[in-house]
Parts: sequence; structure tokens; C-alpha cells
Amino acid sequence: MLHPTPTLKETPSQTAGPYVHIGMTPNFCDITGVIPQDLGKTMINGAVEGERINLAVRVFDGVGVPLFDGVVEIWQADASGNFVGPTAPNSNAAPAFTGWGRQPLSEAGVATFETIKPGRVPGPDGKLMAPHIALWIVARGINIGLQTRLYFEDEAEANETDFVLN
Amino acid sequence: MSGIILPGADGQLFQRDRDWHPKADTPGYKSTTFRAPRHSLLSLGPTQSEMTGPTFGHEKLGALDNDLIRNFSQDGTDAIGQRMVVYGQVLDENARPVPNTLVEYWQANAGGRYRHKKEGYIAALDPNFGGFGRSITDDNGFYHFRTIKPGAYPWPNTGNDWRPAHIHFSVFGHAFAQRLITQMYFEGDPMIWQCPIVATINDKAAIDQLTARLDRLNTTPMDALCYRFDIVLRGRRSTMFENKLEGN
Repeated sequence: MLHPTPTLKETPSQTAGPYVHIGMTPNFCDITGVIPQDLGKTMINGAVEGERINLAVRVFDGVGVPLFDGVVEIWQADASGNFVGPTAPNSNAAPAFTGWGRQPLSEAGVATFETIKPGRVPGPDGKLMAPHIALWIVARGINIGLQTRLYFEDEAEANETDFVLN
Repeated sequence: MSGIILPGADGQLFQRDRDWHPKADTPGYKSTTFRAPRHSLLSLGPTQSEMTGPTFGHEKLGALDNDLIRNFSQDGTDAIGQRMVVYGQVLDENARPVPNTLVEYWQANAGGRYRHKKEGYIAALDPNFGGFGRSITDDNGFYHFRTIKPGAYPWPNTGNDWRPAHIHFSVFGHAFAQRLITQMYFEGDPMIWQCPIVATINDKAAIDQLTARLDRLNTTPMDALCYRFDIVLRGRRSTMFENKLEGN
């Protein structure tokens, strides 16, 4: 069979709903004592190479109102352009830099991450992409999580040749 | 034979079937009106940014993380409601189990009320129910948790709409582009078919995929019902080689 079709269909998405914070950042919405810290809150756990940055992701709806009830996740390479590999199933060790962050959107529609500037990662053609961070946004009224990227204003030269931006 | 990539091993992810998923702008669910993208989607991948993703060790979980009957108990007693175990297998589209992946879930209490400061429904809060839990799938992709059946509840939308009993799920997979949020419904619930959020999905078979089955044989005697809910994440396609002798 030269062109096999998948045997199963992907489970369809449904909105995260208005109370997504309960499930993804329970401590943030006062469900305390179940887990010690909201997952993805801390991305840096030790000495890491690279430029430390504070990243504020502001999310607005189509008429300019801040999204106050969603969650933003980010996934990125380290300063050398490498992604954290899979965690051993029986491990509790947190890598010095996790590459993954999750933050609730505030009343002002802002999710703030303490992270590092990512290095460059090869694109589909093998050429280096501009530094970027993958974003995933879920909230009430979003039927399927929104996947996008953010790039950096101060990387103009790299941005000029990035395959997504051009 | 080096260089051969078996289905699901290392190829690109299958493209998402956007007709199977809900569309972004679904007027019956009013909150989508201003939150749906106006522009057509861009293709980003596949690069390492999409094909890798966060993973989590089992040791990160606490003993009660998958026990919603007890994990928020303030006085040591159980949450109120119909006791049940929910379990299932996380698979990819090639029907391969997805082991060691994080599954998170959250829900309303037995009266249909969420523990959230913005929740306005008059049903009573249960002081011993938080409504959140998480599991990591085992070597065969299975997860399980214990909870109480959530109640149906009303929400404004068009004035008097009702949500069927449901549990929210968040699943990671092993690639950031597999990331999925969905909701689980209960077999035989007539409320499913009048829900504007369920109706954002066009295909009845897709809705059926969100419906957990009562697993009568695996009920816990004198204790808890049992429901099975399998979850399918995006799979990876084969990469074809001309010297490949066997099929896929």
C-alpha cells in the first residue's frame, strides 16, 4: 500500500471553556493543595546559557478586548538552538531549562514568561530559521487551540530569511 | 534496513482534518464570534519547533493527583456524587499507543458547579471537591482516574442553553503540534444533542468519538461506575523509500 490512510481519526477538539484555569493553572485560581505548583510556571531551574528575557504575551479578541480567561503555552529551543529531549519516565529531574512554559492570561489579557532568548533552529530546507517561540492559545470561544509563533524585532537580519516570515 | 521509517515512527504529522474538528467561527456558540481567526491559516511545520514537545516524568505526580474524590478533601471525607472511574488509552492515528504523556482533566461538581470565582450558577459548592486532576499514561498509553459524575448546568449563550455532563481533557503527546484540548461526554445522554458547543462539530461520528462508553464489566463492586474514553492524537506518516520492500 503506497499511500496508507490513518486507521483512526484524531479526537476532535472542543473549547477549553471559561474555567480552563481550573485544569491548567489550578493554584492560580485558588484550587490549592492538589499540586504544589502550577505546571510550566518555572522554565529556568538552574544555571543556563543565554540571554534571560521576560516575555509578555498580550492576547486580544477580534474587537480589541483583552482575553482574560485563557491560557498560553510556549515551546522553544535553548540558546544553542536545541530542544529539551524526552524526560525519562521514572525521572523527577527538571532540566535546567525546560523549554516549555504555561501561564494564565491575567484580567488584562497578559501571560508573562521568564525565559531565555532561543537560538536558531533548522527549518524544513535545512537553513536556520530566525529565533522564534511556538505559541498555543486556548480559551472560551476558541474551538481548537490556536498555534502560532512569535519572532523578535531585534533579529531583523535573521527574520529576512525565515521561511515563515517570507 | 536503515533509513526505513515505519508508520508513526519519525515521519511528518498527518495534516489535521479541519472538517472533523470544529470550525473556528460557529455562530451557535456565540463566544466564538470575536475569537475566531479572520485570516486563513499558515503552515508552520514541520520543524523541530512543532515535532518536539515537553514531556513529564511519572515522579512528578502526587498519589492523589488522579483521585478527584479525595485530592481536594478538606475534612478527609469524599466528594459528593456518583462515584466512577474514567480510564482509556491515548493512541495516535496509526493506532499506536502514546506512552508517558500527560493527561489533565477538570470538571464541575455533582451539581454542575465549577469551583471558580466567576462561576455564577446557584448549585451548591462541594467543599471537598476541587475538580482537577492529572495522569501520565503508562507504557501502553493508558490513563485512569477516580471522580464523581459532573452535573449538567445552564449557561447564557442564547438565553437558556444547557451543557451536558462533561469532563475537560488536555493531552500533550510527544510533539507540540499534537497538543489537544477536548471534552468527554457520557454515553446515552440526550443533552449531548442539544448542546451548542457539541454542535460546533459537524460530523456525528466525530461527536460519537467524544462519548465515553459505560464499561459495565469494569465497574468496582459496591463502589464506582466505570467509563472508558480513548483519545487519538495526530499520527506520523510513513516516509517512502524506493527500496522499501514491504508495505506500510
